[in-house]
Amino acid sequence: MKDTTTISDTASSRPVPAARGGRPRRRKLTFDRVTFFLAFLGIPLAIFVTFVLIPFGQAIFWAMTDWRGFSPDYNFIGFDNFTKMFQDDVFLKALRNVALLAVCVPLVTLTLALGVAVAITLGGPSKGPVRGIKGASFYRIISFFPYVVPAIIVGLIWAQMYDPNAGLLKSLLPKLGLDSWLGESASAMPALMFVIVWGLVGFYAVLFIAAIKGVPGELYEAAKIDGAGRFRTTISITLPAIRDSVQTAYIYLGIAALDSFVYVQAMLPNGGPNNGTLTISQRLFNVAFAKQQFGYATAMGVVLAVVTLVFAALVFLVNRLTGGGENDGKKKARGAKARRAGAMGGAR
Amino acid sequence: MSAIAADRESASDRKPARDRKLTRAVASSDRRFAAIAHTMLILWSVIVLVPMLWVLVSSFKSTSEILSSPFALPDHWRVENYANAWTDANIGKYFLNSVIVVVSALFLVMLLGAMCAYILARFEFPGRRLIYYVMLAGLTFPVFLAIVPLFFQLQNFGLLNTRPGLILTYVAFALPFTMFFLYSFFRSLPHDVYEAALIDGAGDWRAFFQVMLPMARPGMAAVAIFNFLGLWNQFLLPVALNTDQDKWVLTQGMAAYASSQVYDIDYGALFAAIVVTVVPVLVVYVIFQRRIAGSVSQGTFR
Repeated sequence: MKDTTTISDTASSRPVPAARGGRPRRRKLTFDRVTFFLAFLGIPLAIFVTFVLIPFGQAIFWAMTDWRGFSPDYNFIGFDNFTKMFQDDVFLKALRNVALLAVCVPLVTLTLALGVAVAITLGGPSKGPVRGIKGASFYRIISFFPYVVPAIIVGLIWAQMYDPNAGLLKSLLPKLGLDSWLGESASAMPALMFVIVWGLVGFYAVLFIAAIKGVPGELYEAAKIDGAGRFRTTISITLPAIRDSVQTAYIYLGIAALDSFVYVQAMLPNGGPNNGTLTISQRLFNVAFAKQQFGYATAMGVVLAVVTLVFAALVFLVNRLTGGGENDGKKKARGAKARRAGAMGGAR
Repeated sequence: MSAIAADRESASDRKPARDRKLTRAVASSDRRFAAIAHTMLILWSVIVLVPMLWVLVSSFKSTSEILSSPFALPDHWRVENYANAWTDANIGKYFLNSVIVVVSALFLVMLLGAMCAYILARFEFPGRRLIYYVMLAGLTFPVFLAIVPLFFQLQNFGLLNTRPGLILTYVAFALPFTMFFLYSFFRSLPHDVYEAALIDGAGDWRAFFQVMLPMARPGMAAVAIFNFLGLWNQFLLPVALNTDQDKWVLTQGMAAYASSQVYDIDYGALFAAIVVTVVPVLVVYVIFQRRIAGSVSQGTFR
């Protein structure tokens, strides 16, 4: 079983495809072996190629045509779709909205998730080994709840919460000088962001709890002996130790925020006031399946994919450049925590 | 909430003993931190629970009660809201469709994903790296890039608006995640057992199904839970590729039911429909929550 240790190491980062643990090897080919290979590799790959890879490839080609579907005629128009797109005010608005979502949602979600995870795992008394706070499993179960609820239902629940006639939050509206949560440009975007954060915090909190529990207890013991307080321990021990989890979470959250399709469809199906919450995904869906402009829609898909890849690359780059693996989200999370702890006088 | 109360009680019981053992400074800092942490966590729990409880209570109220007094309990608990939701929203039918599609897709993707991961993890052959990276690309690109071509791909095969078409699409898009998760799992399995199986005369097929697959059961369970949640909650693929109302899945049906409620809204029935959709998943979650928390730690993120 000595393989196991090396493997769990690779599993925690990215698995390295080089043959390491399982000792893959060649053997001579028999009939049994050939059919085994064909079935085991052939069937999954056939499905994957047919329904994932070929559509991805076709998308890149169709993005350069003016195809409108249902008729076989189309012209190759090069990058005209893209020029048209970047002169289209509605699309540019959607791009801005999505960029705003991709910046704010991961930041807020990660800050909250880290706060919850640290409070749960390191909130116990400082005497003896590091312990979780009392009622840790209760808090963990509750905060994970929203992730289990289908995203469309999360959207529908909050659409009702925000409803200006029947919603639970309607009594707050006059105090803020608003008529409607989702009907005014000032509040629609923050309200949407809040719902996405509400739906996602629990999952990342549980992820960080697991990551923090994976940090060797000796590190905390040593920090305690050296006289580090909780705040110091959190920024000097916990955050560097779970750096990889934070980076991955940041990328996944960014991808989720760039999409946001389910939430906007449930709460703001028409793009919100003045298209203030329109997303690229929503625009793409309407252009494709309502207006039948398939060439133009796939071009939007290409832009969304490029934006996603650029976002992921930026997170990696920032992580790499800062050497110690700090990224934007963590620095700000740190700042927020410092302020909170400072205000409460809890840090030593 | 009883858990918190119980915790508070036990905390106050133990406090005097603890104070004596600890220096005063540490104890008071502990208490302060614990108080802050509890306040934060309770606040968040309230934010999570209040909308859900509100939906639950409102599902028993009449529309006029919901409109006039959003906070009050109903005068009379209207169970008939649930009957209305069941018939108006067709929840029963959509629920069944969801079960059929998700269970079939889950079974297929677990089987195919395990097969593929096993080959890639334990055999050396030309093109292995290529397949691995192509799968990785499939995991990285947004589904929105593929959605329009996918629509016509399914149409060409005559699979548009059919259950098999939706199932195959679910399988294809869940395959990379399943493969990567199980890949690291199969790599960690000891080689000796496999050797022993071969020496005992098992072929590759038997070695996989009777020896390796059973050993991978914990990993399979973890992936299955995440695939179940992901597929059950899937919205974009069915909305785009499964527009025949008789075959709608639950998420689609709920979205359509909510948006059909524009004039003369039956709020009570809408809330009841939401409750019916959420409760089964929540029950499953509470039963399996320990396992789910464990699965998250087992490397959801490769």
